[in-house]
Amino acid sequence: MVNYAKDALKKHALLVVLLITMLVFEVLLVQAGRGSLFSAQNLTNLIGQNGYVVILAIGMLLCIISGGNIDLAVGGIVILVGAIAGTLIVEWGLNPFVSILLCLLIGILIGAWQGFWIAYVRIPAFIVTLSGMLTFRGLALILMNSQNIGPFPVEYRNLFNSFLPAHWLPEVTSELVFISTLVVGIVLSLVILCVKFFSYLQRKRKGYTVRATELISPVLLCAGILFLFYRLGQHNGIPAVLILLGLLFLVYNYFTQNTVWGRHLYAMGGNAKAARFSGINTKRILFFAYANNGFLASIAALVVVARFNQASTQAGMGFELDAIAACFIGGAAAYGGVGKISGAVIGAIFMGVLNMGMSLLGADQNLQRVINGLVLLAAVAFDVISKNRRSAA
Amino acid sequence: MDSPILRMEHITKKFPGVTALDDVSLEVYPGTIHGLCGENGAGKSTLMNVLSGMHPYGSYDGKIIYDGEECRFTKIKDSERKGIVIIHQELALNPYMSIGENMFLGNECGNSVRIDWSETYRQAETFLEVVGLKESPRTLIQDIGVGKQQLVEIAKAFAKNVRLLILDEPTASLNEEDSQNLLKLLLSFKNEGMTCILISHKLHEVEQVADKITIIRDGGVVETLVKGVDDIDERRIAQGMVGRELNDYYPKREARPIGDICLEVKNWIVHHPQYRHRKICDDINLTVRRGEVVGISGLMGAGRTELAMSIFGKSYGADISGEFYINGQRVELKSIKEAIQNKLAYVTEDRKSLGLVLSNAIRENITLANTKRVAQLGSVIDKDVERNHAGAYAKDFGVRCSSIEQEVGNLSGGNQQKVLLAKWMFAEPDILILDEPTRGIDVGAKYEIYTMVNDLIEQGKSVLMISSDMPELLGMCDRIYVMNEGKIVGELTREEANQEAIMMMILQASTRREK
Repeated sequence: MVNYAKDALKKHALLVVLLITMLVFEVLLVQAGRGSLFSAQNLTNLIGQNGYVVILAIGMLLCIISGGNIDLAVGGIVILVGAIAGTLIVEWGLNPFVSILLCLLIGILIGAWQGFWIAYVRIPAFIVTLSGMLTFRGLALILMNSQNIGPFPVEYRNLFNSFLPAHWLPEVTSELVFISTLVVGIVLSLVILCVKFFSYLQRKRKGYTVRATELISPVLLCAGILFLFYRLGQHNGIPAVLILLGLLFLVYNYFTQNTVWGRHLYAMGGNAKAARFSGINTKRILFFAYANNGFLASIAALVVVARFNQASTQAGMGFELDAIAACFIGGAAAYGGVGKISGAVIGAIFMGVLNMGMSLLGADQNLQRVINGLVLLAAVAFDVISKNRRSAA
Repeated sequence: MDSPILRMEHITKKFPGVTALDDVSLEVYPGTIHGLCGENGAGKSTLMNVLSGMHPYGSYDGKIIYDGEECRFTKIKDSERKGIVIIHQELALNPYMSIGENMFLGNECGNSVRIDWSETYRQAETFLEVVGLKESPRTLIQDIGVGKQQLVEIAKAFAKNVRLLILDEPTASLNEEDSQNLLKLLLSFKNEGMTCILISHKLHEVEQVADKITIIRDGGVVETLVKGVDDIDERRIAQGMVGRELNDYYPKREARPIGDICLEVKNWIVHHPQYRHRKICDDINLTVRRGEVVGISGLMGAGRTELAMSIFGKSYGADISGEFYINGQRVELKSIKEAIQNKLAYVTEDRKSLGLVLSNAIRENITLANTKRVAQLGSVIDKDVERNHAGAYAKDFGVRCSSIEQEVGNLSGGNQQKVLLAKWMFAEPDILILDEPTRGIDVGAKYEIYTMVNDLIEQGKSVLMISSDMPELLGMCDRIYVMNEGKIVGELTREEANQEAIMMMILQASTRREK
């Protein structure tokens, strides 16, 4: 049991650090009388403010796993796709759904453009995406004529920036919001528990080695979900962007952990030559990673314009760095081959918690930057040092 | 007899969870060559790391007495100052720097703000002369072969005023000729009074040059043999290393009828990928039959690896021409994927860079070349099935590990090689190309690998084996092709083949060329 706890701590070290950080902020906030990090309002804001970072971090992680390649252009893609969305929806008055499809398609094309130069012409990713960073932002500003485009129609905003079930029912009371949100949380938890439990039973029946302790983490996860939904219910309900994040997490986590392509991505990042000699088309995987990043960056762009209700000339500034930092805080290896979607997501939330906690405490913006920078270094240093210690043993 | 120049007394070195060295004592006399033999992981390298200060004083128990005084080295520089220099198995030269620059790297002539380049190259030249390397010290390392690089390492040791030279597997990546030259060089140094510790898996080489041989097994000394006193032979050393009787180096194969031709290459020409006018493989014709082990012998640089890689889905070379048949059907393999689909497998000589993903688990490495075999619907991996398969393969191939989730980078060389073989067997090939399958691996693991090859043959598969280890080819192959400078210069059956015959073919081909 002690061993199990040790292993679990090691495996979920990042999550533990996140929880400790949250608790520390909580104590500081309560003492300073500045509210609570776990209040309904603040948890809702945390999701709303950091949704785009999570999306970008997922895309960035695939690039990083493929061999430590980063994509500096995601901020540029965000502003360009945002500008296109603004032009289509606000200026041309095109149907929002058609516009969304077009924006996603354009995002994929932009990603494919970068992927082509990186994977097939073999220009270093750093240079191609640095070029993209400049090119896409420039194109966006030309398209926008250096003016913000807005406001967006309500039916578009509701897709990304609404709360469920409030926006889908005509008359809602706060009791109804609370109860329905909690019910969704309970159903979700039950589904997770059932899936885990049945797969446990099935594997046991087939004679694979299983441990009952495997069921502890899902139970804890469900407790966390229940608490979150309980709080969300006390405010406006379930943010639409949370559903989007949940879906993306499930899809990409499954992709990286359970599919042949995902496996090949890790193998390529660990040793590209050995992967090639195992019959893996490494170029196609690299191309895919960047095309996919364009796709996810365009989703982030749609979320961002909905949230700010305009395609802004300042949009996407520094987003690439947030995403990269989230991945490395989340345990991705700088040279590729190692990293998990859950890590990147937790890394993004971690930065969100830091920013929110410091803002609530009234810390200076500039000081926040310093802290963020040091946290990034500390996270990677921790990773490197613990690895060194392991290899020395 | 003189008193020993080096005495290591009761050295015990523990790592968390393992005792790497357990009360090891070693005496080395001046002006001798002292052989150190043991299986991979027996503790040879740890012992040498203790001596060099890589494992600093205090991290081990016991005493090191060198030149009559006790030494407490805390870093490598300390031991080098005393003239103890280790040359590691993996050469530590910077390919983009010249021979001279490498030789004085970390030990530069001049002072810290100004390097004296003329002095550097003057001294470099004299040291190169000592080791008999006829190259300008301004030549870049990347432009000379591995054999010459090894000599540069030795010259580098001389630049540090070496008195006790420790060589860890110096001939592992050298061919027969270069190895012999190196050994002769060591003997000439010995005659000039230098002391050497030689670690090697190539027992016949140790036997040839060493005055004393210490055998280490599982972190302890088994015995020390003295030339002229004890009866030293390879078999005795091997038995000491493995701790059991080795009846035969090469396990017997049941005599089976050899089947039809399953792989045939005709008029195969491969050009260098950068210098397109250079032919790396020139008009190669070869056949492999079902149930046959076919060897390719030749010196380093003969084009054997390049030939194998060009066959394996054109993974090497440019402007490849020629005909290729599998089971009598003409096919063209344009990619490695197609080669694998056509039941070909290539087990590389370079397992760390081309063979394995060191940061991944054993399980993931074993299934990598044929991940679809454990996937449903063509692309969704069933991890339980994968775990079962990988576990079974790891067990069959005798991979020693705590679990199949262990990172491959943490395994010993021999175990990594077994994982590599398991990986390619998991791809279910009919024709297996083995490139230096036992390089840098200890006797016990070698035997296991030979047994695996025989098992494959019994299953009706075929093996094409490239090796610089001639006895290995002679012991394992039904037929041997001899390659030299990109051409096949001869073919020998098992009965005709012996070391002299192979060397003669190579030499005759070279002289014909010169004429």
